[in-house]
Amino acid sequence: MPEPFRPVANTIFRLVLFGGAIAVAAILFIVFLVTRSPYETLQRVPREQPVAFSHEHHSGGLGIDCRYCHVTVEDSSFADIPPTAICMNCHSQMWAAAPDLEPVRESYRGGESIQWTRVYQLPEYVYFDHSIHIHKGIGCSTCHGRVDQMPLTWQEPPLTMGWCLNCHTNPEHYVRPESQVFNIGYQPPADQDSLGKQLVREYHIRKLTSCSICHR
Amino acid sequence: MKGEASDLVKITGIPASGETADEATRRRFLELMGASISLATGAGCTRPPTDFLMPYSSDPPENVIPGRPKYYATAAVMNGIAEGVIVESHLGRPTKVEGNGQHPASLGATSVHSQACVLDLYDPTRAKEILYKNQISSWESFIVEFQRVFEAIREARGRGLSILTETVVSPTLAAQLSRLSMELPEARWHQYDPAGPHSARAGAMTAFGRYVNTYFRLDRADVILSLDSDFLAIGQASTRYAHDFAFGRRVRGTNTRMNRLYAVESSLTATGGKADHRLALKYSEIGRFAAELAAAIGTPGIAAAGNQFATWTGPLSRDLMAHRGASAILAGETQSPALHALAHAMNATLRNVGTTVIYTDPLEARPEDQIASLHQLVDDLESGSVRMLLILGGNPVYNSPADVEFAAALDKAPLSIHLGLHADETSRAAHWHVPESHFLETWGDARAYEGTITIMQPLIEPLYNSHSAIEFIDLFFQIPGWNGQRIVRNYWMANSKAPNFEHWWRESVGRGLIANSALPEIAPALRPIDTSSLVQEANAQGLELVFRPDPFLYDGRFASNAWLQELPKNMTKLTWDNAVHVSPRTAKRLNLKPQHVVEIRFRSRTVKGSVWISPGSADDTVTIHLGYGRRYAGVVGNGAGFDAYLIRPSDAMWHGSGAELHPTGETYPLATTQMELSMEGRTIIISKPIDTYRTDPDFVRRINPEPAENETLNPQWSFTGYSWGMAIDQTACVNCSACVIACQAENNIPVVGKLQELFHRDMKWLRVDVYFTGDDEHPKFSYQPVPCMQCENAPCELVCPVQATVHSSDGLNDMVYNRCVGTRYCSNNCPYKVRRFNFLLYSDWYTEQLKMQKNPDVTVRSRGVMEKCTYCVQRIREAEIRARNENRYIRDGEIQTACQQVCPTGAIIFGDINNPDTEVSRLKREKLNYSLLAELNTRPHTTYLAELRNPNTEMPA
Repeated sequence: MPEPFRPVANTIFRLVLFGGAIAVAAILFIVFLVTRSPYETLQRVPREQPVAFSHEHHSGGLGIDCRYCHVTVEDSSFADIPPTAICMNCHSQMWAAAPDLEPVRESYRGGESIQWTRVYQLPEYVYFDHSIHIHKGIGCSTCHGRVDQMPLTWQEPPLTMGWCLNCHTNPEHYVRPESQVFNIGYQPPADQDSLGKQLVREYHIRKLTSCSICHR
Repeated sequence: MKGEASDLVKITGIPASGETADEATRRRFLELMGASISLATGAGCTRPPTDFLMPYSSDPPENVIPGRPKYYATAAVMNGIAEGVIVESHLGRPTKVEGNGQHPASLGATSVHSQACVLDLYDPTRAKEILYKNQISSWESFIVEFQRVFEAIREARGRGLSILTETVVSPTLAAQLSRLSMELPEARWHQYDPAGPHSARAGAMTAFGRYVNTYFRLDRADVILSLDSDFLAIGQASTRYAHDFAFGRRVRGTNTRMNRLYAVESSLTATGGKADHRLALKYSEIGRFAAELAAAIGTPGIAAAGNQFATWTGPLSRDLMAHRGASAILAGETQSPALHALAHAMNATLRNVGTTVIYTDPLEARPEDQIASLHQLVDDLESGSVRMLLILGGNPVYNSPADVEFAAALDKAPLSIHLGLHADETSRAAHWHVPESHFLETWGDARAYEGTITIMQPLIEPLYNSHSAIEFIDLFFQIPGWNGQRIVRNYWMANSKAPNFEHWWRESVGRGLIANSALPEIAPALRPIDTSSLVQEANAQGLELVFRPDPFLYDGRFASNAWLQELPKNMTKLTWDNAVHVSPRTAKRLNLKPQHVVEIRFRSRTVKGSVWISPGSADDTVTIHLGYGRRYAGVVGNGAGFDAYLIRPSDAMWHGSGAELHPTGETYPLATTQMELSMEGRTIIISKPIDTYRTDPDFVRRINPEPAENETLNPQWSFTGYSWGMAIDQTACVNCSACVIACQAENNIPVVGKLQELFHRDMKWLRVDVYFTGDDEHPKFSYQPVPCMQCENAPCELVCPVQATVHSSDGLNDMVYNRCVGTRYCSNNCPYKVRRFNFLLYSDWYTEQLKMQKNPDVTVRSRGVMEKCTYCVQRIREAEIRARNENRYIRDGEIQTACQQVCPTGAIIFGDINNPDTEVSRLKREKLNYSLLAELNTRPHTTYLAELRNPNTEMPA
C-alpha cells in the first residue's frame, strides 16, 4: 500500500497549523483595534443634533461660562442639559425669528423636550459623578476637550476604561488648581509634575481603583 | 387549588422570557449556543445604540437637581391607619419608601407593607380604564349613567343609595361622608374590613360600654404578655411596638436591663418566637388561661376558675404583680371580645392604664360592628331597596364571610359601582369598575395609631385615568374638577384653627404630620367582666380552626404584589402560598405529611390546601392564613394558595371548633427558602439567658473562639481610610422581614416565581433565617438576618477566574456585574450562601411601569450574572462624594444601608470599623460580638451580637 501522504504534506500541514494560529491572532488583534477605534468609540465624531448648537460660538465666541447652562455640574452626578427656558433667556431677544431656532421655540411653546443626541455615553453599569471631579480639580476640558472649538460637539476621549484608569492611577498628571477648573483654555504649566503632586496632597485626592467606585 | 405542577408556570408568573428547565431541549441548546457565539463575536463590533437627552422645556420644578433624588413626606395607610413615610423620588418617579423619623408610628422605620407599596403603584396589572360590565367604557358614559340614577336618589333624599367603604379614619373623607348624610339623610353608609380590629372594638364595648382606641407604650413596660397577639409583626402600630420592645432589651456592656415577653398563642407567630416564655395553647384554652391569670392577679369580680395552668399563671402573675404600672397585657385580634375585655380589666388591676396602656377616643370616624354593618347592607340589597351601591375600595366579593352571599346580593342592585386599584373579584361582579388612584398619586389624610394626623401628598400624577375616593365623593356634590388637593386643603382650612393657614399647611404637609394632633388620653370606666364564655369555650372538642391574616399579603389586598408574594413567610419561609399549618404531634396523629393536600371541612364548607408542619403550633389546631386563592389579582396573585374566606363564617371570623381534615391523596408542592430549621448543635445563633451574661460575660468567646488573624495563607488586608462593617443585634431582631423588602426595593432585586423558588433559585440578597432549638413540643426560636459578610479572607474572591469579585480599598467584596461570566464558583465556595445567580433573565427589562420603579443608582442585572449584597455601595459612594465635596469625613450614621434604615428595632448597625468612635465599632467591642462560622477564619466585616433572653427562673422550662 503506498503512503497516503507525500513528504511535502508535512510542510503544508505545518503551514496550515501556524498560519491558522496567526490568522486567529490577527483576527483577534483586528477586533481589538476596531473596538478601540473611533468607529466603535465614536471618539471625535461630531454628532448631529436637532438644533445645530455650536459650543464654538457660545462658549468660545461669546465666552459664556459652562455653568450658565450646565447648572448642576458642581452639585450632582449629572451636569444637566439646559432646559429650553435657558436657551430662550437670550433667544427670545436675539435671533428670535431665526428659522434654525424654530425647534427651540417649538419646544418652549409646546412644552416638549428637545431631543438632544447624547455625546458622552457611558454604559449603564458605569456610574460617573461630575461634582466630585469638579471639586477635586479636574477641569472640564480634561475630559471634554476644547468644546470652545467644536462647532458640533464630539466626544474627545475614547471613554474606555483604560482611559479612565489612566487618570485614576496618575491623577497628578491631570489635576489643576480649583480656580482653573472652568477655564476651557487651560494649559498645564511646565512644572505640572510637582504642581500635580502638591495638589493631590492639598485636595486629598486618592487613587481610586476599586471596582465599586464606578461599577455597582 | 391547583395540584398539577404544570400549572405552576401559569400561576406563579414566571417572567415572560424565562424558559423552564424541562423546555431545555437539544434544539433549544443549539439555538442558544449559536446565538451566544454570534453575539460574542458580533457584539464587540457594533456601536452602542444612540442615547438621547430630554431636558425640561420650561424651568424645572423648584430645587430639582437631576441626578439627585428628592424626598417627600406622606403616609401609607392600612385599615385606615397611617404610618408616616418619606418617599424618595428620582425626577418625579417615586422609587423607594423610607420611614418618617418624626412620625410616632414610624420613628424612621417602616413596616414591610409600607416598604412594598411602591411596587403596587407600578403594578402593570393595575386597573387602567373605567369598565362597564367588564368592557372598557369612558368617564363620560359613566357620569351620564351616574347622574341619571343619582337624580332620582337625590329627589328621594338619598333613599336607595348605599355606600360601602373600608374603615374610614381620614378626617377629610369622614367630613365628606357626614356632609353626604346631611344632604341625603336616607342614604346608608356601611364599613367592612375583613381583617380589621373587630374583636378589639367589640371588646372595648364590652369592657367600657363605648368604643375606645387602645395603644401601648411598650417602652415603659418591663413585663409584656401577649395573648395570641402578633403585635411585633402585624398592625399599623407594629413598627413602633417593635421599636419600643427592642429598645427595652438593649444590653450593652454593663447595662443588662431587659424587658420580658411572655406569649401564649395558638399558632406560631414572629412575636411568639421572640418571647422569653412561649406557651402554645389551643385557641379555646387561651380564654381559660386568661381567666385563671386574671383570678391570680386579683382582678376584681373574677372568681378562680380552676388551676389548669397553674405552673404558668403562678410565676407569671407574680411577675406581673411585681411590675405593676410597668407591665402590659396585649390581646390578639384573633381572640374573642370577652378576652379583650378581660385584658382591659387585667391592665386596670395591674395599674397599667395611663402608663403602658393608653386609651383615647376611637380613631375611626364611625366605629361600629362592621360584620353587622355588612349583614345590614346585604339584607338591604336582598330586599331590593338599594338602587345605587357604591363600593369605595375593598374587595367584599372576595373577602366577605362565607355565609354572606355578597356576590349574589350585589346582582340585585340596579347600579353597582366599585372603586378599586385593581379590576378584582368585586369589580367583575359590579356594573362599573372605576380605577382608583394609588396613595402615592393622590391627596388625602389619615391618623396614626395614637391619632397623629398626616396630610398625604402625591408624589406623581396618576399614571392612569384614575381618581381617589375623596375625589369620587365630590360627584355627589356636583363639584367638577377631581381636585383632591382642593378638597383636603379646604377641609383643613376650615378645621386647622391655625392663625396663619398657609404657613401651617406648608409645615404640616412638609413634615408629614400635624403637630400635636395625637388624640388626648381618656380614662373610660370599666364595667364588670364576665369570663363565663371564656371558660366554657375551653370545653370545645375536636380540631380547632384558626384564621389569621397573612403576615405579608394581609387580607389579600397585597396579593398582586410580587415582592410580598415571594417574601418568605417570617416563621415558615414559605413563598407564593399559604398552607394548612398543624403541629408535629397533630400531623402524626392524623398521619399528615408536608405538602399533602387535605380538604378542610368546617361547618359544611370545604376548601383544599397543602399541609405544612409548624413546630410551635398548638396541638389540635389548624391555622390557615387569609389573602390567598385570589381569582382576579393579576398574573402575580391569581391562583397562588387557597382561599380561606370560603370557609370563614361571620360568627367565627377568627376561630371555630369542629374542623375536620381529610387527606385527598394529592400532593401540592410548597416552595420554602430555608430547608434546615435545626442548627445541628453548631453555634450559628448563640442564644443564652441574660443571667449567663451577667455572671460570665465572656461566654461567647468560649463557645465561639475566633482564630488568630495570621492563621491564613491569604494576604492580609489593611485599610487606611474607611473600612465598612456591620453589626447585627440578634436580641433586637423580631423577624418582621421589612429589611428584606427594603433591600429588594433599593437594589433592583427581581422576583423569580414559584417554580424557580422550588429550584431554590431565590434572589434575595438578605435573608432572615429562623432556627429552632429544643424539641418539637417546646421549640425555642431565634432569628438571624444574613447579608453578605464582606469577608476579608473571602473564599469567593479566590476562585473567581475573571476577577469579577475583588476586594475594595474600604473593606467591601465588590461584585462587578459587567465582568461576571457566570461560572458560579464564588457561590459554591461561599460558606454563608449569600450569593445569588441569575439563572434566567429574572429582571423585567421590558415593562414600562416597572422600569420606573428601578433605582437609577444600581445596575439592573441580566441573565448569567452573579449578584450579592454590597452594603448598599451606591449609598456609600454617594455619601463619600458628598463628604469629599464638602472636604470633611463621613459622619457616623450618615450612611444607612437600606436594611438598617428600615429596621424598626435598630438591629442592624452599619458604619466605619476603622474609626473606634462609631456605633458599629462600639458594638463590635461588645463581649457578645461574634463572627458567623468563625472557625473558617473568613474574618467577616458583618458580625453578630449573641441573642439574649430574659427567662423567669420560676417558670417551667
